[in-house]
Amino acid sequence: MDIQTLAAEIPDADQTVIEEIDFISNGKQFLMFNLGKELYAVDILCVEEIRSWEEPTKIPNAPSYVKGVINIRGLIVPIIDFRLKFDVCAAEYIDSTVVMVLTIETDEATKTMGFVVDAVSDVIDVQDDDIRADAGFVGSIPQENVQGLVNVNERVVTLLNVPALQHVDV
Amino acid sequence: MSVDLSQFIPSFLEESFEGLELMESSLLNLEQGDDETINSIFRAAHSIKGGAGTFGFEHVTEFTHLVETLLDEMRDGRREIQPNDVELLLVSVDCMRMMIEAIRDEGDYEQSKIDDTYKLLEIALNQNNDTSTPTESPDDSKDKQSSNATWIIEFIPEHHLVQTGNDPILLFNALADLGEVTANANCKELPAITDIDPEELYLSWELTLKSSWATEQDIKEVFEWVEDECQLIIRQDSKLAQDGEVKQEVEQQREEVSTVATSFEENKTPSIDVNEADKEPASAKSSKAKSEGGSIRVGVDKVDSLINLVGELVITQSMLSELGNDFNISKLERLTSGLEQLLQNTKELQESVMRIRMLPISFAFNRFPRLIHDLSKKTGKDIELVLKGEQTELDKTVMEQISDPLVHLVRNAVDHGIEPSDVRVANGKPKKGTIILDAYHQGGSIVIEIRDDGGGINREAVYRKAVEKGIIDESTTLSDSQVFELIFEPGFSTAKEISDISGRGVGMDVVKRNIQALGGRIQVESEPNVGSTFRVNLPLTLAILDGQLVRVGNETYIIPLITIVESLQVKPELINRVSGDMVLYRLREDNVPVIPIFKLFSLSAEHESVENSLLVVVEAEGLKVGLMVDDLLAQQQVVIKSLKDNYHDVDGISGATILGDGSVAMILDVPGIIQMAIGRKMQIGVRQMMSSIEGVEA
Repeated sequence: MDIQTLAAEIPDADQTVIEEIDFISNGKQFLMFNLGKELYAVDILCVEEIRSWEEPTKIPNAPSYVKGVINIRGLIVPIIDFRLKFDVCAAEYIDSTVVMVLTIETDEATKTMGFVVDAVSDVIDVQDDDIRADAGFVGSIPQENVQGLVNVNERVVTLLNVPALQHVDV
Repeated sequence: MSVDLSQFIPSFLEESFEGLELMESSLLNLEQGDDETINSIFRAAHSIKGGAGTFGFEHVTEFTHLVETLLDEMRDGRREIQPNDVELLLVSVDCMRMMIEAIRDEGDYEQSKIDDTYKLLEIALNQNNDTSTPTESPDDSKDKQSSNATWIIEFIPEHHLVQTGNDPILLFNALADLGEVTANANCKELPAITDIDPEELYLSWELTLKSSWATEQDIKEVFEWVEDECQLIIRQDSKLAQDGEVKQEVEQQREEVSTVATSFEENKTPSIDVNEADKEPASAKSSKAKSEGGSIRVGVDKVDSLINLVGELVITQSMLSELGNDFNISKLERLTSGLEQLLQNTKELQESVMRIRMLPISFAFNRFPRLIHDLSKKTGKDIELVLKGEQTELDKTVMEQISDPLVHLVRNAVDHGIEPSDVRVANGKPKKGTIILDAYHQGGSIVIEIRDDGGGINREAVYRKAVEKGIIDESTTLSDSQVFELIFEPGFSTAKEISDISGRGVGMDVVKRNIQALGGRIQVESEPNVGSTFRVNLPLTLAILDGQLVRVGNETYIIPLITIVESLQVKPELINRVSGDMVLYRLREDNVPVIPIFKLFSLSAEHESVENSLLVVVEAEGLKVGLMVDDLLAQQQVVIKSLKDNYHDVDGISGATILGDGSVAMILDVPGIIQMAIGRKMQIGVRQMMSSIEGVEA
């Protein structure tokens, strides 16, 4: 198939119907994922890609939650298991296990890291006002990694603070 | 139209540094009547001045202008080239460098040094030509206010003006923007029609400018680009009377200057010393700044060959994709040959890309003539520097990092190596000492030699010192080369007095560490009364390495080929177990400690006992150890990727690479592994000690 036929199949810009995309004025979109029975979410703009689990190359003497490194288009990317790191639930590696590749941008550096999660579920719109502080919330996840909590239907979702994940590998 | 000039500042800085280097090296080679060299120095100064003016770095422009004026006098033969002037120019180059570095780092510079040198330059200029007005005075502000004045401008261009792309008409048009211009051409110099060279300009002009607001500065700006190719006299009609006043002021200034100059002469030596002492941290900082960004100047031929290769790659690619369109088994042969071609293309492409990063080592060598010049003045030793193999190419990063260690080695050669002239003569050697810097390729690495024909290393002194410092035991017997190795120990210095050139006792160990950090090694050879040779062995590039792939359990590791001495199948009868946990393997005369990688990296391996495994004998930091592996796989070149980008450094691992199948393999850091193994032994020792203490207590 040559490029002309491909191009012909692409609809013109003004013909494209914009639907199913919610424009939100005062908030962000978050990608929701499961760790065991709990729900978490990260800022969708930080998500580079989602890959299926593959056995990474081990890093000698690394902590148990650092599963190793993989090659993503020439980048050496460490894989960290959220479930083990945050001590949320047992870590199984099955067909539905996925790796969420995040770009973590801070003033110091930009890092790309992969995080093992049980499943990626949904994209949610979160207004800034809906985020509740996690006052009094003491779980196994360090406070600086939590941005806040948000209610989605009957469930409570923990929003993770992506820049704070920068030093999650130590 | 406004152009954002700031985007050009980095290239201005780069060009300026190149210019300064050129000025420095040319000044050192300057001889009387050597017009070509003076011209090139002058050109370098001139373009720095021009650039600085464009970007509004007034202080650089002003300073460089003086330097340029001095050079101009030399160029025109109005001034003899004297050692003093050359010395002054060298100091000026330092000042210019300091100012430009300050611009680059957005930092400060020593204003006092600049001022002192500035004044010395003015004095030098005035001495030569008392009648000449001392260059445009720094503040033209007194010219700024003007009424409806008439300016008379005599513009006498040199004959070759039009050849440099300048056109008087354009200048006059620009002048007309300032006010009303009348021009009178002077055809006196016009030769007979038969003698006219159509590309030469024989005219000169007298221009009259009537303007209510133009200042002398404005007029000068018009002629800025041609001011070195013409005689330009600007005067204001009504102000002729003021000339006398100016002259008087000049006389006064000159007196002030000479008093300052004498005080500067006294301070001269100490102030330079301070500078020398500060030099090292400063240059370390600059090299760091460089490695973060920076650009490379690449020869067009290198880029062309790259383009050719990409062309070939595209052809191969289209051939292969055509083949893939309707592939059947009969075309297998064409596919194989196509893939082979692809392999060839990629390989060549890789090599060409690597070549882009390669620079001739002369970039690092260029600073040494100046260094030797300064050092031989300071020490009073007569030293000649010989540079060899300057065209040997080396990776840019390696070059930047090797520069400082080399400086240290050369300083050492001057200070400790070369003897004072009287000692040399007494020993029947030529009065002039020689230091040779030699670079050449050997296998996949580059060798840099620093040879001196000095007294050689005093074996006895080194040995005694090492005993004194507690580095070795008195009873130890050492071979010559082992003794010479001692000079790389931390805290070792045999200089009787600490001089400011070397001998702080930090140095050789740092040199060695820096070289090792680059994956290289350093050796020393020395013979009494004949001289010493320091040989630095470096990998050509930091980006690619030749590796031996090995398997430990399910993991593949890469051992840098440069560290491997040999690989062997373990013979059980040669294994010795000593002092508890340690396993030694008898390798001919040596006993080599065995390091089980699987244990060190907490893995499980196929062969967990030494008896059945393979040993890869590696050498680092003068130590030989055997690494226990399960299998030897292929040897191949691997591209080194940093783990630190997205993770952090890992003990025993120097980086990672991507293998042919897309998987990641770790590259072993051999010196690091040895350190780990030693540390581990110590931990085990401590643990055993602890448990024995507990046992006693129980």
